Formats: sequence, C-alpha cells, structure tokens
Amino acid sequence: MPTTAPHALADVTASDSTLRRFLHGLPGVDAVGLEARAASLGTRSIKTTAKAYAIDLAISMVDLTTLEGADTPGKVRALGAKAVRPDPTDRTAPATAAVCVYPDMVAVAKEAVAGSGVKVASVATAFPAGRAALDVKLADVRDAVAAGADEVDMVIDRGAFLSGRYLKVYDEIVAVKEACGASARLKVIFETGELSTYDNIRRASWLGMLAGADFIKTSTGKVAVNATPANTLLMLEAVRDFRAQTGVQVGVKPAGGIRTSKDAVKFLVLVNETAGGDWLDNHWFRFGASSLLNDLLMQRQKLATGRYSGPDYVTVD
Amino acid sequence: MAPASVPSSAFEYAPAPESRSIVDIAPSYGLFIDGEFVEAAGGKVFKTVSPSTEEVLSEVAQADAEDVDRAVKAARKAFEKWSALPGSERAKYLFRIARIVQERSRELAVLETLDNGKPIKETRDADLPLVAAHFFYYAGWADKLGHAGFGPDPRPLGVAGQVIPWNFPLLMLAWKIAPALATGNTVVLKPAETTPLSALFFADICRQAGLPKGVVNILPGYGDAGAALVGHPDVNKVAFTGSTAVGKEIARTVAGTRKKLTLELGGKGANIVFDDAPIDQAVEGIVNGIFFNQGQVCCAGSRLLVQESVQDELLDSLKRRLSTLRLGDPLDKNTDIGAINSEEQLTRITSLVERGEAEGAERWSPACELPSSGYWFAPTLFTNVTQAHTIARDEIFGPVLSVLTFRTPDEAVAKANNTPYGLSAGIWTEKGSRILAVANKLRAGVVWSNTFNKFDPTSPFGGYKESGFGREGGRHGLEAYLDV
Repeated sequence: MPTTAPHALADVTASDSTLRRFLHGLPGVDAVGLEARAASLGTRSIKTTAKAYAIDLAISMVDLTTLEGADTPGKVRALGAKAVRPDPTDRTAPATAAVCVYPDMVAVAKEAVAGSGVKVASVATAFPAGRAALDVKLADVRDAVAAGADEVDMVIDRGAFLSGRYLKVYDEIVAVKEACGASARLKVIFETGELSTYDNIRRASWLGMLAGADFIKTSTGKVAVNATPANTLLMLEAVRDFRAQTGVQVGVKPAGGIRTSKDAVKFLVLVNETAGGDWLDNHWFRFGASSLLNDLLMQRQKLATGRYSGPDYVTVD
Repeated sequence: MAPASVPSSAFEYAPAPESRSIVDIAPSYGLFIDGEFVEAAGGKVFKTVSPSTEEVLSEVAQADAEDVDRAVKAARKAFEKWSALPGSERAKYLFRIARIVQERSRELAVLETLDNGKPIKETRDADLPLVAAHFFYYAGWADKLGHAGFGPDPRPLGVAGQVIPWNFPLLMLAWKIAPALATGNTVVLKPAETTPLSALFFADICRQAGLPKGVVNILPGYGDAGAALVGHPDVNKVAFTGSTAVGKEIARTVAGTRKKLTLELGGKGANIVFDDAPIDQAVEGIVNGIFFNQGQVCCAGSRLLVQESVQDELLDSLKRRLSTLRLGDPLDKNTDIGAINSEEQLTRITSLVERGEAEGAERWSPACELPSSGYWFAPTLFTNVTQAHTIARDEIFGPVLSVLTFRTPDEAVAKANNTPYGLSAGIWTEKGSRILAVANKLRAGVVWSNTFNKFDPTSPFGGYKESGFGREGGRHGLEAYLDV
C-alpha cells in the first residue's frame, strides 16, 4: 500500500501502534471550552455588506444534494438546473459548488450541469453505513469516477475506528483515494454523531488527513446528530494545525442540519476566525445542505428588495 | 440586485453598533441620599467621560465629608425599620430590583459601556446577567438566614459603608448591596469617580422598586469621600474592593474600631498550562483570563506559567489567536477589546510595559490599529519573563500578559505561589488527579480548572495575603454582613 501521508509525518503510519500513539498524543479537547468558543463566535453580528457577501459566499459553497432511494433522472436533472441557476428571478445569484448524488446518477447529473463549472459529487463506498467489503466499496468508487464524478464522498468504517483499528481505516481511505485517481477529489465522512467524543473527532480528522483526504466532512446527514458549530470548529482547528505542520491544505464540509442563512453565516464566522480567510472559498469549504439553499435565496431577495417574499418565490427542486 | 461587493479582506464584518439612543443620560446628576437626588453640600461637581471617545457624558455631584455624614444618618434611620422587616419582605424588594435590572438590562449595558469603555459584548453577556443573578440569589437567602450556619437568629450589623472600583461598576455594586440588604443592613455606597453613572441609574431602580428611603444611598466622589465614609464613627461595616495600597490605608483606619472589615484587593493570578492540556481551549482561557475587560480585572490570569515542553506550540497558537482579536468601538457588538478606563490607568500600564522592556523581557503585540481618540492599549504579550521582572510581580491591571515557564508541577506551584497576592489561579490539564493535587497547594482564593474568569453568585470569591480577606458571594458572603 503506498503511503500518502505527508513527508513530515511519514513514519506515523508505519504500524497500527505508531498510528495509535500519534492519534492519542494529539492535544485533548475540553468539551465545555470548545462549545463555549463555538457559541461565542455565534454571537458575531453580521450586517449589511458583510451579510450580502456572506450569503453569496454561502450559496457558492452549497453541495446541493439528493440522496434518496426514490431518486429519478428527472429529479436529478431538476436539481442540476437549480445548482446552475439557483434563483430564476435573479441571474446575479451565484451557482452552487456541486450537486451530490448516488453513483448511478452521476452520468445524469454530469449532463445536467455540463459546461457550468458546477461539480458533480457522488457518495460512494456503501454510503451511508459503509458496511461492505473493501472491494465492493472500491468498485462503487470506480463506477462513480468512470461516470465522471469530480468528487467522491466516502464514509469511514466507524466500527473499525471505534474498536481502535486505526490502520484499517487509514488503509481504506488510502485505497479509495487511489481509486479516485487524479481526477476526483476525496471527501472523507466521519459520521461525527457516531464517534461520540470530541477527542475521537480530532483523531478521525488527523487520520483522514494523513491518509490523503482532500476534504474532511462531518456527517452523512442520515443520523440524529450531524454538523454542529462545535464539531465543525474542531475540524477547522485540525485542518489549520495540519497545514501548519505539513504545508498541505485540506477542506472542511459540515453536512446535515444547517438549514438557515443565520446558521450558515455563523459557520462562515467559524471558518474566518479559526482556520482563516484562506478557507473562505468553495474549493476549501462546503455546506452539505439542501434546504439551506432556499433560505439563503430568500434572504438574498430580502436584501435586494427590502421585503420578505415567501417560499413560493424560490423553486422547490 | 448588484452582486455583493467583496470586502477588502476576505470577510470584513460590517460595523454593528448598539444604539446609544436607548439610554438617556441627563446633563447632570446629584447624590442619592435618603431616597432623593440632592446637590453636594459643597456644591462641587465633576465630569465623567467616555474612555473610548473622551466625550463628556455628564456632570456629577461630588460628595464630601458633610454629604457622607448626611447619608450615614439617613442609613442609620432607615436601618431601624429595614432590619425589623421579616426576611421574606426584604426578599420581595430584592426580587423586584432583580427583575427591574433584567427589564432595563439593555439600557444599563449600553450605559456601562459608555462610561467604562468595556465592550458591549461583555456588559451584555457577562456583567448584566450576573448583576441580576446576584440580586436573585441573595433575595433567596433573605428569609433563610437562620439556616445559613450562623446560628438560629443572626443579626445585621447596621450601616454598611461600601467603596467600589471602576472595572465592574454595576457588578461590584451588586456584589456589595445584594448581600447587605438581604441580611438587613442599610448601605452608603461610593462608586469610583470615573464610573459613577450606573450606580446613579441603580438609585433610580431602587426608587422604581419602592425601596424605603435611606436603605440605599449613593455618593459619587473621590478618595476623600471614600476616606470619610470608611472613617465615619457611625458606620458598622466597611467593604472595599480596589487597590492593595488603598486597602492597606483602610485597614489602618479601621484598626482599633469595632467596625467589621472585608477587603478585596489586587492580584497577579497564575494561569498554569501543563503539557497535556487541551491546547485550543487553554488558549481561549488564557485570552479570557487576561484580555477580558482589557485585563482590568483583579483576578486576571496575568502570569502565564507554561510547561517548557509545550511552550513553542502554545505561544504560536496564542499569537495567532491574539491576531484575531478585534479592538475598537466598544459599542460595536463585534468588538472584543474596548478602551482603557482612564488616562491615568493608561499611563500606569504604559510605564509598567516600558519597564518590562527595559528589564529585558520580549514584547509582542498583534498588528492592531488604535483609534485616534480615547484611551487605548493593544493586547500585549511578554516572553522571556522571569520571577525577578517587575511585570511578573506588580499588578498591571491592563491587557498585558507575562509568560513564564516551568518544568515540573512542583516548580509550577512554587512559582505560582511566589507573589504577595493570592486571589485567583488557573490549571489546564486533562489529568483530573493533577487538578486536585495542584489546586490544593495553590494559595489563591479561587482556582479555576480548564476554564477561567467564571463567576457565579453561589460561589464565594476573595483572596489570601495582599489580595485581601473576607468572602463575597455564596453562603460565605452573608457572614461579612452578619453579627456571628
């Protein structure tokens, strides 16, 4: 297995025990302090020009997602059209970052957003449980990449992680990254709600980055606790520290549960004041959220007209 | 709609100032004696200015010894009826005051920010909620004094003379007045000369709450008024929060009299970071410990003791974090660091910092533009500091942090305790047994672990050694106002 760990940390992944020692040697996380910091950044007051900028930035960071068993090509095409042109009444509204679909819908999505610059992301690797043989997961990834996926969202094996088999998780991520090839960026989903402690989330973040993740992502959106300001703040600290140590920049994607413009702006404040301005760009930060987009668009219309319109003035695709 | 313009830096927040118009500051204020606003006997007045702009906010009557005498007489007269009320009746007044404080909290927060210079974020989120909480908490004690552990029927002392500082004008007032009233004492309080306004607004709240005349008297003034109050023969209890130098003078004045005394004085708190600490949260705690209220906090964690093995990592994180602090208009909701309270205080900070540099410590501040008017000092960090440096021993009372290092827990304890003060300390480690072991050895009134500057009306606060004696807050805080 080729190691993708950056040179500075190459020997960390030499064996299960060196990896465990490294991950458990990371500074601890004090839950009370972390949550207090996230809450205090949430009280930043964002007004006027800063708000208009933040809303457009947030729209450009949305991964517009449909992950249902009932997805049809028609539904995916509609989603693609919306990603390209989110507000039919206002052409100045920016496009979203990507559409995110199951692997079998990648080709349809690709066609729907062709020529627009909107990326197609696909949840491969036996999403959302991740409970399948590695071969099956890799086949899933290759299938999505062959169909043209620009980005692959993989879930980690939480069972292996929680039982302390970190090298197994590491090897899987490395293998998936290899299957992504040069063309697709890899987002690694930890399902933070199932990792249960902040210490685990920090360890998982470093594990993912050591294995070559291009993005670290909180959750699938399919469990009770998804992205929160605190777990996203923690992951932002991790990417910041990782870049300081290795020179490699990794993106962050909170997913699930972010529904309002107000929430989205709070996350942007976290990015701005934790990782810094270098991450305020859809190459390095994304929102995994679908219902968020309409609220952003309604807020945008409010800023433009001074009036709240209503849910019928944005599309439901 | 035009595309949103991209601010110069990636995400420049637009200013979000709190409205000044919600507080109505009169051009002049009198002394509050026996339920009325009156002129000073000597007719003198002084100006109170906003430290962030140097704008004159109002003119305030300046109390002298004659006014003190008037106020003490009023308080003595009121004491008879007030102390005879059942505790449950006194509680009603205190609850009413607490509720009015909550109702007027936005107005009071803006007022306090204007008069003191601290950010609205702190007055809104820390000071005012705590002020209300103190009145609620001591209201709860008023009818339960027989169960507080001081005998079945503890008695009030009489007239309490209270002198408070300018760093938390309204909160220090609450710390002093709430337990005094709950236990049946009456009060003459002198706020600091740079921050008299919120105490005068509090006088209005007392009237709004229907508090009997003379139970609370407020005398804005200078040190001479404070000295007259402390020395007044008919005062039964003296409570002072402020500098150690003044505290010593007060102790000399009160010595040999029958007055009861509590002092809450200066500090040089140690914030000890062990190598297994949660680094990111420790950085937040260090920032909170020394930059809360521009470091003008007696329990500020002004000496950072870092284990040598994590020194570089921690200092890098700390410097990066300091670079994100926002200094400026205290009424802006996004401001983290406001103005220094007065020109005099700014001079003191500046001279101590220059002394630190002259003695060989290394000074660092983030790139930070200071407003052109008002009293401002950039957040400052000193490294290469030793115990022998003045900045490691003297209380600076400003946004200046001295960083020292240690190698073993014993050395950390020895250095932390090697100070004439003993008010607060902080311990940062993931190891619970170490927290308990170290906390037991620290000679400090409050020891916070994995947090800093946490205040609560239920927990006692006070110092050792030159940081004073007596406790405020909690059940212990009742003792200072009871004959036990």
